[in-house]
Amino acid sequence: MSLSCTALSVTRGKRTVLSGIDFALEPGELVCLVGANGAGKSSLIRCLDGLWRPGSGEVSIDGKRLPSLTRAQVARSIAYVPQAGGDTMSLSVSEMVTLGRAPHRATDTVSLRARKVEAALARFALNGMETRAFDQLSGGERQRVLLARAFVQEARYLLLDEPTSALDLRHQLEALRTVREMVDELQVGALIAIHDLSAAARFADRLVLLEQGRIRAAGAWQNVLTPEHLRGAFGIEARVGTVDGLPFVIPEAQG
Amino acid sequence: MIAQAFARRTGAFAVLGLLLVTVAGFATLHGVQHMPLTTGLKAMIAPLLPAGWRADVPPSYQAILLTLRLPRTLLAIIAGAGLAVAGVAMQGITRNPLVSPYTIGISPAASFGASIAILASGDGGAGNYAPVVVAAFAAALLCAFLVLGLSALRGVTGTVLVLSGVGLSYLFGALSSTLQFVASEQQLAVIVHWAFGSVNGATWQAVTVTGLILGIVLPVLAAHSWALNAFAAGGDEVASSLGFAVARTRIVITVAAVLVTAAIVSYAGVIGFVGLVAPHIGRLIVGGDHRVLLPFSALVGALLLLLADLAGRTLFAPVVVPAGIVVAYLGVPIFLHLLLGRARHRA
Repeated sequence: MSLSCTALSVTRGKRTVLSGIDFALEPGELVCLVGANGAGKSSLIRCLDGLWRPGSGEVSIDGKRLPSLTRAQVARSIAYVPQAGGDTMSLSVSEMVTLGRAPHRATDTVSLRARKVEAALARFALNGMETRAFDQLSGGERQRVLLARAFVQEARYLLLDEPTSALDLRHQLEALRTVREMVDELQVGALIAIHDLSAAARFADRLVLLEQGRIRAAGAWQNVLTPEHLRGAFGIEARVGTVDGLPFVIPEAQG
Repeated sequence: MIAQAFARRTGAFAVLGLLLVTVAGFATLHGVQHMPLTTGLKAMIAPLLPAGWRADVPPSYQAILLTLRLPRTLLAIIAGAGLAVAGVAMQGITRNPLVSPYTIGISPAASFGASIAILASGDGGAGNYAPVVVAAFAAALLCAFLVLGLSALRGVTGTVLVLSGVGLSYLFGALSSTLQFVASEQQLAVIVHWAFGSVNGATWQAVTVTGLILGIVLPVLAAHSWALNAFAAGGDEVASSLGFAVARTRIVITVAAVLVTAAIVSYAGVIGFVGLVAPHIGRLIVGGDHRVLLPFSALVGALLLLLADLAGRTLFAPVVVPAGIVVAYLGVPIFLHLLLGRARHRA
């Protein structure tokens, strides 16, 4: 049981975006995907969700090859959480969350769907704002709506593409804590592309560090966020340590 | 709160439906030959009844109602509703509020087709209308399939669809202008008159063809309401991640929107604005859920065009101003009122 890829490579034009990626995400674990801009974080997430077709290599969901599945089948296994931006043409909060039931709409009854959406709204503290337009919400509220949508999708794997980039510190913390709770409670596997290394180290079970489309390091944060890897992947000199058990990464100078 | 929203929507449907029926009735009975309500109703149901039961209605009334007024009212309703749902669909899949059914070049293409037919016919298209309709329809479809073909080469995304549509609009616009340049004075007048969209001279054939196509297209679009919501919520990637086959869905929706628009343009000429603004009015009143928005915008579009036609033929009677012109005068104030009202409400 895992969402995995083997020997995954992607080229766009002449540029190699991903090359020889082997990775597996198990249910019940939270993995953070880190790396510089353009290292291939978003590309890997898109390939794992089948939004991009890889040039070579294979993605499989619980042993089934991804191309052999319909989009709806994939959507019942994997929920994708994009950055919380963009115009949604006047969709309301409850309509946005209801969309998470789209892959189940053939088997859902109206009342079952309503119950699930209502439960999700309550869980993510969205009750009372069901009819508000998504476009009018704050960044933190939008992120909660998108997480609620992923929640009602009842997928075994969550793929989050920089969910915290547009959020202030408090809402970053809140969003990551919510994902951590979903992982622990529902035993879903979550892969988060994220820039904040300290937050990644704090919330993830393990990290994967990408550098120019390849995996440079993977494993516990202590082994991945070493000064040497950070110099190689980001071109910075950084100090890494813990304060009261909380990891921190402070960039000191350009390497 | 959800129950409240549901009640509000139901209310909006009821009010608009009632308004549409009332205006349709009034528009059908009102004209140069005004008819009392009872006479009008009797005349309309007379052909449906067995011979002995028919009320005594002057045959001229019956002729006016059945050959002139009723097809006109029905064509206005169908054209307004059709352009509105096509607009909702196109705005939804391109996730672009500036898009209308004409964005992919249907109207200049239809004008081009109609111009060819008018130039080709000896009498300048005045005598026989059928070739003009067929040519306009064929040219509109040709343009739409060129747009879809171009988009398919580059991957059918919303942006590519809009951009290739804009490009082909200019191409067909230039072709039409070239034809108008070489046309005679009389032919030019016919071409220009054709381009003013209106439901003047609506026939039962026009009503049947457009009605039939709308009758097929509307359920197809309604069946894609979830997909349209997904596109609107986050574009291609989100729609795909929610389980929709993005490219196929976009083609089905576009073809449906194109068919209904092309049919309407062919019979009623270029009636702009309804397809752009009816979806917005719909969104401002009932929100963006396409399961509700599609039927509601259809009502809005039908009512807009019906009112425009009624105003166009009564305000300056006996001059009949084409509905395609009046609809902008009517729709812009409504649209701005709702838009500004919402902005105030939000602030």
